[in-house]
Amino acid sequence: MASFQAIILKLKSYWAERGCIIQEPYDLEVGAGTMCPETFLRVLGPKPYRVAYVQPSRRPADGRYGENPNRLYKHQQLQVILKPSPGDVIEQYLGSLEAIGIDLKQHDIKFEEDNWESPTLGAWGIGWQVMLDGLEVTQFTYFQQCGGIDLELVPAELTYGLERLTAFLQVKDSVYDIEWAPGFSYGDVRFQDELQFSVYNFEMADVEALWKLFALHEGEAARLLAAYPKSPEKQRFPLLPAYDQVLKCSNLFNTLDSRGAISVTERVGVIQRVRKLAVGVAQAWVDQQEAAQ
Amino acid sequence: MSLPFLLEIGTEEIPDWMIQGALTSLEQHLANLNIRARTDATPRRLVARAERLPERLPDIEERITGPRKTAGEKAVEGFARKQGVASSELSVEGDYYSYLRRTPGSKMIDVLAEALPAVILKITFPKTMYWTGKGGPRFIRPIRWIVALLGDEVIGFDVASVPSGMVTSGHRRLGAARFPVTIGSYEERLRENFVILPAADRCKRIEEGIAALGVRLKPDPSLLETLVYLTEYPTPVVGEFDPQFLELPEEVLITVMRHHQKYFSVEDESGHLAPRFVAVMNTNADPEGLVRRGNERVLRARFNDARFFWQTDQRKKLAGRVDDLGHVTFQAKLGSYLDKTKRVVSLVKELGGSEHAQRAALLAKCDLTTELVKEFTELQGVVGGLYARAQGEPEEVWQAIYDHYKPESMEDSIPRNAAGQMVSIADKLDTLRGCFGVGLIPTGSRDPFALRRAAQGVVKILVEARLALPLLDLLGDDSQLVSFFEDRVRFYFRDVRGFRYDEVNAAMTAGWSDLPELESRLERLARIRPTPDFEPLAASFKRIKNILRQAGFEGGPFDASLVESGPEHELFAEINRSAGQPIETVIGGLRPRVDLFFDKVLVNAPDPAIRANRLAMLHSLLEQFRTFADFSEIVTNS
Repeated sequence: MASFQAIILKLKSYWAERGCIIQEPYDLEVGAGTMCPETFLRVLGPKPYRVAYVQPSRRPADGRYGENPNRLYKHQQLQVILKPSPGDVIEQYLGSLEAIGIDLKQHDIKFEEDNWESPTLGAWGIGWQVMLDGLEVTQFTYFQQCGGIDLELVPAELTYGLERLTAFLQVKDSVYDIEWAPGFSYGDVRFQDELQFSVYNFEMADVEALWKLFALHEGEAARLLAAYPKSPEKQRFPLLPAYDQVLKCSNLFNTLDSRGAISVTERVGVIQRVRKLAVGVAQAWVDQQEAAQ
Repeated sequence: MSLPFLLEIGTEEIPDWMIQGALTSLEQHLANLNIRARTDATPRRLVARAERLPERLPDIEERITGPRKTAGEKAVEGFARKQGVASSELSVEGDYYSYLRRTPGSKMIDVLAEALPAVILKITFPKTMYWTGKGGPRFIRPIRWIVALLGDEVIGFDVASVPSGMVTSGHRRLGAARFPVTIGSYEERLRENFVILPAADRCKRIEEGIAALGVRLKPDPSLLETLVYLTEYPTPVVGEFDPQFLELPEEVLITVMRHHQKYFSVEDESGHLAPRFVAVMNTNADPEGLVRRGNERVLRARFNDARFFWQTDQRKKLAGRVDDLGHVTFQAKLGSYLDKTKRVVSLVKELGGSEHAQRAALLAKCDLTTELVKEFTELQGVVGGLYARAQGEPEEVWQAIYDHYKPESMEDSIPRNAAGQMVSIADKLDTLRGCFGVGLIPTGSRDPFALRRAAQGVVKILVEARLALPLLDLLGDDSQLVSFFEDRVRFYFRDVRGFRYDEVNAAMTAGWSDLPELESRLERLARIRPTPDFEPLAASFKRIKNILRQAGFEGGPFDASLVESGPEHELFAEINRSAGQPIETVIGGLRPRVDLFFDKVLVNAPDPAIRANRLAMLHSLLEQFRTFADFSEIVTNS
């Protein structure tokens, strides 16, 4: 039986063999692998790129104090970007499932329409949720727009839900029972994490302090974005740090949301604020890349 | 000679619900080329086939006129040279030399090679993508191969850098990835590679498979259709779940199975939900039971979630959630669901709704704050009703909450009790009045708040529950809303109920505020329509209306002493006799007298007093039926 980490290693080497750079997770809190600069910024512009990385993804509202067998505050995604998407991308993807020991002749695989959209990133794409015996194991998206910009080359984005895939392979009903490494369950490694962050996000996060932090990060990102057009040396301008500030805002928004601190009416407005920054960074980034050529 | 034709557009998986529309569109574009094709599809291919296409299009003949027949030899030779023929091949038509140029018809294979790329890219889909790069062709999903054959020959062209050929692809895992086909062997070769091309055959395979499993399904034709277009080689498999989950409401279990997992629900002999389900695989068999067990595990997890939500939600009663609706936006300009709830409650009161109706209106939207509805939004209303039942609300109240989104379509039934009908009407009217008030008016196909459905629902409930509420008063003085409703009423009686359009116009012109009353007038009108005196009388009414309009007559005093004896008096007496009588009993008497009047009496009498008196009499005749129908709207053959 392949452990959680063995499955990750196999998938990484599978994609490495197909020309992907194997990146390490981004070191900031993100809600999805898509938000990492390795996806959000790299899909922009005319340069081909292939990358795969595991990204721990935080969704404060999905936390369940470690009590729900299927829902996690933080789960691990394997994010693969193939830019431009190769003609046999689906076959390559199915090959990756076979590489981790799933005999697809013995299972039922379906591609069901599921178009992905992220209002905060001004990004959307066309694609499917990939269903394996009725279980959604991957989100497959052909990016069309990112940061409000039509993409030059259309990347395929594969997002594997690693816990689900492993539970499937190990035939486990609870994510906490899957084997992470020989002798260590997922629960051994992550239970405390789930419990404590659920307590923080739902009960103890200081709403006022989070709003202040939000405003600070928003201000810093906005300050940098406002300075970019006037910058004499575009290439050394710190857009990547500006984007980090946007990611901070996004995570704070999610935390405030899970704390129940954002009314539905406010919600739309706050999403717009983050989106404005993300779109601003994307546009400046495209400009900076063009200037570098 | 005629040749068979095959076009297969090989794609990545097309969303099931878009496939039929795409095939219709493909058929139309081929019909524009005079090709009557039959089409088929699986998720990965759109296919068009035709039996007998001509090898060539007909030759084209064109007569080119040259010099006059009196022209000199040089001019004639010059003309012939220009056409590339000898003078002897010219003929004389009338006064001129001319040449009949015959261009051979194009070869069909060339015509198709030229036309098919555009045919393919013109297929309409609700949403398209690009994949070859910015500015590239758009289609529903990437095109990966194309088979295009006319007889034994490949019709050569490229679409999105994919060259046409004779190589297709089988089922993703059970079939060969690439294999050549001929038109004759096409369907059979696909089947050998685990692709059942005709949708009807896939449907049959599912139905026969289910029959062989020996289970009784809750019939679900639309799910069946979804699965037919989600698979290339469908095989049903039956799974089980823990009977303990049956303590959850059936509605919740079925929603999880149907909407989230695309499973059929299974019934026991008494029609109750059984702890089993049927999934349809896109593969040929599940000999080891792996697929069954996988699906069972997924369903178990989903049911566990639903149970968790159900139990969590029970900790706070619906009645305790009313204030929480203040945090749920209904629409930015129209406030929260709390605001809406208050408006609906007072509207229900205004309409004379019972205590139960008012209670249901107060609680109707509270389920929007529950975890279960957040997870399964399609169960809004239903969940509220189920919670209200569990929390001891009276039957009429919980049923009203449960039903208050009904009818969700013209096929759907109206709420089952009076309170539910009242809450449903008030809720929809509030939405309509609010949205129209802030300018959110549907245009063309854009109707994001589903206002057409809401208005249609109000009409259906008022008619079918026979509620004599004054609809026009409820709509207020918003003329756009009034005309929007007028269209919905007309649509309902004409398209849903099947009344003839002129009868609907005639009856509605006489008023449409009280819909059950309008319905009964329409039914009476439809009954008297075929009687022999009706249409001639209707034609006379139209004539009367025209006469009155031309005379600019809008009513005036009538003096019986001015009535001449004879036809005029006969009509006068008949009008008096028929006053206050039901229309059915008076047509026979009126018709001959009206006819005779127009035959013998001059309305436009030279004496202005007599003329005015005759106009007044005709006017009173129209007025007599004003509240029943405007007969001049009836389209007659005469």
